[in-house]
Amino acid sequence: MAISRKLKDDLIRNLFLVTAMTSIIALGLIMVYLFLEGAPIFEHVSVGGFLFGNFWYPTADPPEFGILPMIVASIAVTVFSSIIAIPLGVMTALYLAEIATPRMRGVFKPLVELLAALPSVVIGFFGMVVVAPFLQETFDLNTGLNLLNASLMLAFMSVPTICSVSEDAIYAVPRELKEASLALGATHWETIRRVILPSSLSGVSTAIILGMSRAIGETMVVLMVAGGAAMIPTSIFSPLRPMPSSIAAEMAEAPFRSDHYHALFAIGVVLFLFTLVFNIIAQHIAEKHKQVGAATL
Amino acid sequence: MRIDDKLIKRRRGAQAIMWSVFRSASLINAAALGIICIFLFVNGLPAITWEFLSQPPRDSMTAGGILPCIIGTVILSVGSMLVSFPLGVGTAIYLNEYARPGKTVRLIRLGIANLAGVPSVVFGLFGLAFFVTFLGMGVSILSGVLTLAILVLPVIIGTAEEALKSVPSTYREASLGLGATKWQTIRMVVLPAALPGMLTGAILGLSRAAGETAAIMFTAAVFFAPKLPTSIFSDVMALPYHIYVLATAGTEIEKTRPLQYGTALVLIALVLGMNLIAIIYRAKLQRKR
Repeated sequence: MAISRKLKDDLIRNLFLVTAMTSIIALGLIMVYLFLEGAPIFEHVSVGGFLFGNFWYPTADPPEFGILPMIVASIAVTVFSSIIAIPLGVMTALYLAEIATPRMRGVFKPLVELLAALPSVVIGFFGMVVVAPFLQETFDLNTGLNLLNASLMLAFMSVPTICSVSEDAIYAVPRELKEASLALGATHWETIRRVILPSSLSGVSTAIILGMSRAIGETMVVLMVAGGAAMIPTSIFSPLRPMPSSIAAEMAEAPFRSDHYHALFAIGVVLFLFTLVFNIIAQHIAEKHKQVGAATL
Repeated sequence: MRIDDKLIKRRRGAQAIMWSVFRSASLINAAALGIICIFLFVNGLPAITWEFLSQPPRDSMTAGGILPCIIGTVILSVGSMLVSFPLGVGTAIYLNEYARPGKTVRLIRLGIANLAGVPSVVFGLFGLAFFVTFLGMGVSILSGVLTLAILVLPVIIGTAEEALKSVPSTYREASLGLGATKWQTIRMVVLPAALPGMLTGAILGLSRAAGETAAIMFTAAVFFAPKLPTSIFSDVMALPYHIYVLATAGTEIEKTRPLQYGTALVLIALVLGMNLIAIIYRAKLQRKR
């Protein structure tokens, strides 16, 4: 009897172990299938020619598969949206963690969560019908669907990520540090600037990188508001075509297993590697500089 | 003394200025959410009629309703949750109840963290290559459900683990002390106590899956399906994809604006409604504790 009980328990334990492996298996399958479907394009174009080629004419004869303009576009929207999202996200996190009364916290925290929950297609739609005409008129442009619009919309998608992760980090700063600073006569703001921010810096950086990774991989927003021109942007009003929007816009037209189809998968590989690197850096920072008790700081 | 006073005043002033900066940052976020919601509400409300909610589109999608999209979205999100919830809860149970720190746990956590960071369009590509093509499921509800299930898995795992962590260890010790096996303890003591918290995760997962577009573009959703889905191998219409198609690819984008606003309003009402339920429910749980 005792043996069968133990056996049953072991079986169940292993069942849960297998279940727990789902995520890593899924991640593995994603990598394998992206590479499998993306690799054939490199029979026609070198890796360097693909990554650094300036021209993307997948349906021309002969076709050109250069994705440099898309990589630059992806980096551009990520950088510009971060310029908006980082201060906004970190300051909101500081407000929620340090300044807000419990009542205000109870109001603003759910609002940030709801902002995170807005479907990206709705934000893209808003950018198309409201922000684009506004930009077009205000700056007298040919089109309001451009780098600036995409960056603005993306910023609001990455703010909640940045905010909630940095808030956790700020919260985790040991109380003793804060109290010591206040006891020395520093004001609360001075304490935040000189003590709390420096000691939560690793957590805040993780938050920022995760936010950027969110922005670079976001699809619907850039698909709808970035304008779609596969050219290297020259100003913040240039229409552009980041990697995700190329994949989403062209996959429907690309004949199954054609060069175009494989090229789109290869873009997917590049995009996946970008976000993977972002995430690994974020995890590395989070782990290496884990916040620990006051005694070890 | 006077200099000191001045200094203190300046320091206090700096603080006051920063405080208002921080406060305005929070207000900007709230305003962004508010503006989007109010804008869609004002423009979308006139489109919401009983016909809009209960009829399929007609006249090549320039009139009629969005019933197939609502049904499609409900099927896709509920379906993905049916797959994802057991998997996510199982993972969380393993990580929180069974696993000891070590290589395996590190590997699993690495998998979850990186899965959470994969862009949704990449999930779409994967779904197309694996479920649609390799497993031969075609563009179907099944392919979409499975793709979405993997996409929301990290959300479910995260909240389920949180729920398990909040069960006091004294519960487990009491049960084990009475001679129950580990599995009996989990099934009869830990899970019932953690279930409400896990449900919050399920609701959040539902809303995430409902709003997702890029992952279903190549795997499940179509512009127009003449019939309601009849099996898990049918393709479907879905709210987010419908908005995208009407707003960008339609032949008469201006003419269908009211439909676009209406669809967007229905979608955010659905998604934000579910989130609001989850938030309120969670707050209630925390108060009880």
